[in-house]
Amino acid sequence: MWLFIISDAVTFGALLFGYGYLRTASPDWPTPFKFNPSILNVMIMTFVLVTSSLTMLGAVDAAKAGDKPKAGRFMWSTILLGVIFAGLHIREWFGLIDEGVRLFQNPWGSPLFGATFFSITGLHLLHVVSGVVAIAVIARGFARGKLTAGHVETTGLYWHFVDVVWMFVVPLVYLLNVSR
Amino acid sequence: MAALTKSGSVIPKYLPVYFVLLAIAGLEVFLAYQNFATGSLLAILLGLAVCGGALAVMYFMHLARERRTLFLTLIPALIFVLLMLNMIWTDSFRLLHLRPFAH
Repeated sequence: MWLFIISDAVTFGALLFGYGYLRTASPDWPTPFKFNPSILNVMIMTFVLVTSSLTMLGAVDAAKAGDKPKAGRFMWSTILLGVIFAGLHIREWFGLIDEGVRLFQNPWGSPLFGATFFSITGLHLLHVVSGVVAIAVIARGFARGKLTAGHVETTGLYWHFVDVVWMFVVPLVYLLNVSR
Repeated sequence: MAALTKSGSVIPKYLPVYFVLLAIAGLEVFLAYQNFATGSLLAILLGLAVCGGALAVMYFMHLARERRTLFLTLIPALIFVLLMLNMIWTDSFRLLHLRPFAH
């Protein structure tokens, strides 16, 4: 799992490096994110995702202790928080699409804004959705005794990594582009 | 299977890290509304993101408690590759002129 995480970190690193360069080098880069709703939404999403890391820690701890019901409750709480995060993210996307943002077109400035925004946040959203599915599968398998605490811990590593990536996506993709 | 241990004490143990991560996120939002040049703001936000990410990796992902060889294998390699990505930045100057739909 660590090797996968490192390779995935490099993937996100490449995307964020490319984005960071384009952002700082483009004088007409759009700054569309108003405090309400966008930044407020992002703050709630951050709170939800960091909290889900905490519940996943609880799940790993309970799984290692052999407390299946408690591990299950923590894992389903993590799944619920992941679903809330994904819902808020999709709402954010639809808000921007309503404002006219497309992959290579937007009403404000550099046409690359949409491509970078949707590719970076889209890849992260894909990781969140994959994580939710993976945790659901692991929760079910662990409850039935088919999977071990090791599986829960490995899935937890992945989930925390998704959280870590979000910590880089928020400042670079959203906070550098706040509307003043 | 891992040895059975007493559960229930892990969340309070990680609450300080959790609150620091939330505080870093709040500080980033605050700084985003200050009048910094884009390059300076990028550097500050990236620095804070690295701090938050390092905390999460070391404590939530338990890298601080893993074998030292794992840390020494993974992290320098990751930093090396990310720094090497830096080498292609100058090449991407071309994007300013060759980017799709450039005016």
